[in-house]
Amino acid sequence: MPDETKPPASSPPEAEPKPTADKTVPLGGVKATTSGSVQSEAKSGEPGGVPLPGTPPTPDPGLAPPPTSPPLKAGSAPAAAGTPTAAAGTPAAKPAAPAKPAAPVPTAWNSPMVAKLKAQFGSGMEALTYLGQNYMTVDRSLIPEILQVLHNDEQFDYCVDVTAGHYPQREKKEFDVIWILYSYARNERIRVKTQIGDGESIPSSVPIWPAANWLEREVYDMFGIKFDGHPDMKRILLPEGWKGHPLRKDYGILQQDNEWVQINLGIESGQ
Amino acid sequence: MTEPTSSLSHLDVEEREKPFLDANELVINMGPQHPATHGVLRVILRLDGEKVLGLECVIGYLHRGVEKIAENRTYAMFNPYVDRMDYVAAVSNGLGYCEAVEKLLGVEAPPRAQHVRVILTELNRLTSHQLWLGTHALDIGAITPLFYTFRDREEILKIFEKYCGARLTTHAFRIGGLQYETYDGFEKDVKNFLTFVAPKIDEYEELLTTNRIWVERTKGVGILSGQDCIALGVTGPVLRASGVKWDLRKAQPYANYKNFDFEIPVGQNGDTYDRYLVRMAEMRQSLRIIQQAVDALPEGPIMAKVPKVMKPPVGEVYHSIEAPKGELGYFIVSDGSTQPYRLRVRPPSFVNLQALDKMCRGQLVADVIAVIGTLDIVLGEVDR
Amino acid sequence: MLDYIKSYLTSNLTPGSAGNMFWAFVYIVVIFLGLSVAVIAMNWLERKILAHMQVRLGPMRVGPHGLLQPIADAIKLLLKEDIMPAEADGFVFWMAPIFVVLAAFTVFIVVPFGPTHAVTDMNIGVLFMLGVSSLSALGIVMAGWASNSHYPLIGALRSSAQMVSYEIAMGMAVISAVMMTSLNQQGTGTLSMIGIVQAQQAQGIWFIFKFFPLGLIAFFIFAVAMVAETNRAPFDLPEAESELTAGFHTEYSGFRWSLFFLAEYSAMIAVSSIAVTLWLGGWLRPFPNLLTGAKWDLFFFLFPGITFLFLAGMCFYSTVRMPKHPLFRIQTIGLAGFGVVLGLIGLILFIPAVRERVQDIYWFSMKVAAFMYLYIWYRGTFPRYRFDQLMKVGWKILLPMGLGVLILTAGVGLWPLIQQTIWNR
Repeated sequence: MPDETKPPASSPPEAEPKPTADKTVPLGGVKATTSGSVQSEAKSGEPGGVPLPGTPPTPDPGLAPPPTSPPLKAGSAPAAAGTPTAAAGTPAAKPAAPAKPAAPVPTAWNSPMVAKLKAQFGSGMEALTYLGQNYMTVDRSLIPEILQVLHNDEQFDYCVDVTAGHYPQREKKEFDVIWILYSYARNERIRVKTQIGDGESIPSSVPIWPAANWLEREVYDMFGIKFDGHPDMKRILLPEGWKGHPLRKDYGILQQDNEWVQINLGIESGQ
Repeated sequence: MTEPTSSLSHLDVEEREKPFLDANELVINMGPQHPATHGVLRVILRLDGEKVLGLECVIGYLHRGVEKIAENRTYAMFNPYVDRMDYVAAVSNGLGYCEAVEKLLGVEAPPRAQHVRVILTELNRLTSHQLWLGTHALDIGAITPLFYTFRDREEILKIFEKYCGARLTTHAFRIGGLQYETYDGFEKDVKNFLTFVAPKIDEYEELLTTNRIWVERTKGVGILSGQDCIALGVTGPVLRASGVKWDLRKAQPYANYKNFDFEIPVGQNGDTYDRYLVRMAEMRQSLRIIQQAVDALPEGPIMAKVPKVMKPPVGEVYHSIEAPKGELGYFIVSDGSTQPYRLRVRPPSFVNLQALDKMCRGQLVADVIAVIGTLDIVLGEVDR
Repeated sequence: MLDYIKSYLTSNLTPGSAGNMFWAFVYIVVIFLGLSVAVIAMNWLERKILAHMQVRLGPMRVGPHGLLQPIADAIKLLLKEDIMPAEADGFVFWMAPIFVVLAAFTVFIVVPFGPTHAVTDMNIGVLFMLGVSSLSALGIVMAGWASNSHYPLIGALRSSAQMVSYEIAMGMAVISAVMMTSLNQQGTGTLSMIGIVQAQQAQGIWFIFKFFPLGLIAFFIFAVAMVAETNRAPFDLPEAESELTAGFHTEYSGFRWSLFFLAEYSAMIAVSSIAVTLWLGGWLRPFPNLLTGAKWDLFFFLFPGITFLFLAGMCFYSTVRMPKHPLFRIQTIGLAGFGVVLGLIGLILFIPAVRERVQDIYWFSMKVAAFMYLYIWYRGTFPRYRFDQLMKVGWKILLPMGLGVLILTAGVGLWPLIQQTIWNR
């Protein structure tokens, strides 16, 4: 049983956070990408009546920057096209949690910053919010520029984390690379996601945030995603000669173990 | 704070691979078995005499693949594993994980559970800081504070033991609240402890704060400016000692920290001495929080309504808390099944350790020891 | 032959000075044994005292209150496998601990435990002591170099630099004390260890109080430098555990290591002896000039016996407090027996004839013991200096202070003469 991967869940796990950046999965026709504009649901305010988790990340005393907290102010600015079907439709796409009331869904994230970025980068990016947490999915080709802009112009000066996820059932774009960013000045936390395929590399963000150094090495170690321009792109946690990248879903734990036992001890592994 | 920190990035990117052609260079391998590397950290030092020209950390000796394990365990089953990361602050790890999953599930722990969580987490912050102080002082050569801090840490561990049966890897919290009601006399124990430990913290300070040798060994050692900290992603007391008044408990309050009145101690110089002072002040602030929490401990349920089989809706969430070492984050991707599709831990020690090279260049070997101590790393968390 | 042996007994010189080789040899053996016992006792005391400073108990299992722990350790060390690194320079590696031990023990030839209780009384005693004790730096360098390993090498380099630096400051302080001997009424100066104590006796003042505060400052400089000389906390950089694992003796184990250990402790005793001799009146009892009279004489004469009786009392007190459990029966009996032995020694010390012979040694040892306690106390209190700070303290603080004290001592000492020659011309 402990064997490598979990079978991909019935529906792709990234069902709703998916960006639809360049016409990937249309997702049951719910979200129609309208030329890089926002598509949002009507009742974004209280999605399904589920109370928001106790600590919405934004309401800091005093600092409270404008852009965050869209779930509280429903459909604040552009808020296009509240199609009621959207709210009803998305949960249906999810197989899980039958007992639970309708689960929260990602809604469009509107803020001056997003508007500015959209104006600059056009259809390559999409900004959403889920459980009060904002994130944007951007096209891989935009990656160095948009991060640079976020750092230089939008004051996201703290790179909290760089990590990745593996979705083998996706065609060609198997990997998510995720930057979690934080701005001390705005007390705001966002995530930037992009998708890349196996064997592709991605520009390093170490020149932007030195903090990304080890984090990118760890992503390389665990997922095999190479970062171009990284000063020291090598494994960090696993030894140099390690085979495979453990956090990929197709990495066989038992197979590795058996092999090692076979080679080093000359016996069959008892597992 | 808004200024880009280009100077630092240049330093790291360009000078790192500059070969040291000096024939007098001495390469020393410190660790993985070394008394001052706090576990299995291996530091390769390049020395000119006693001066550090550069260093490289080799980590991973304690790698257990926590993130991979998480993908093969249910949400509740994974809970004890997080205790094994930062094993001196197991309660904090558990708090971060439970809150992250709760956020994903859309539940909130009841007030009483929140209060108990705060009490235990702050007690745990105290143990973590005490252990840091003892070992840090030991590294610098003062052997006595170690025993004083361990004597007092014992009292906290006793409270943990009475509460949940474990002293170190406590597994104190459950997703949705607490497993156990507090034992009889919990409040009394905590209050007794508060009165017991306050003078003890003064005692540590008496031994060190004005000790000439201590001050000389720590002042101006391993300086990290606020900008450097931000650029390198350093958080926690190290960041605050550099003058950045940022604490997740205030900036983005979690649990019910917003109900408590406490201050964020900050330093000015960002050197080892300031980090020492900040942590000492934090210990006192923790006492304040515990006092308030235990005084206002509400009655009520300790567990929110959580399904037996937890299947969070499809989605992803990042939740981070202020662990004793810095920002401890959990990024969880759910595919709607009972197990996380992807669970990423953002370990503070791991990120903070990156700053070691920057802090040690140009210093002496003895300062490397002081800086490793002051970063307060736990290798279980660095390697995960 | 017998006459040759007996002839010394009437002498009031040290055996070496009297030219009696038999008694000199006896003294050497006695000092060697006594020193070994002192090191063992020191080992136990250090662990116990340090432990009690640190809210713990220290060794408690081997023997009552861990009294036999040092012996157990010694046996363990002797039985341990003797490892020599493959890449080490065998001969030098082998020589180094012997060198250190020889240097540490040789200095005791001139240590005056009493007016006649020394192996010999050299007229260059102080010089001999400083010279020989600084030889141990050579042994440490040999150990560090021969180990062919990085940590010992750094430890050895630190050690040599440290010893050389502090020897200078130490020398300044010693010279100022020696100068004080020459400033007595008779105008005779001396480098002989016994002569220095006798000078203090003749002048009626311990040099620590002479020319107040000059003597005190010189003593302070020496007291700091001697800790650095012996590589003890807070100047234990050559063996800084948290930095260099174990410093110059990282590659040593078993018996060789125990030789380093022995040398370290006997060096501590040696430098403390110098300090006691130069500034604290050597074997003289406290305040020989202030507290005179038969009453005070009797009071101080009783001290040796009372000390041992007190120790015996401590033993009996602990015996009573031992756990009443069959497993502890042997320990309890042993402790009581130890107390009885101490008590008997104490009673013997009340015999006037014995007392007369022993009291000089007693006072000398007590003063040295006070220094030993200070060593332990430092270790429990201070963090370790960094190397550059150590050098700074040595060169920028202690050395100028030492020079100043030296010049001032000379000036103050010459003052009567200057007055005489200039004003009374």
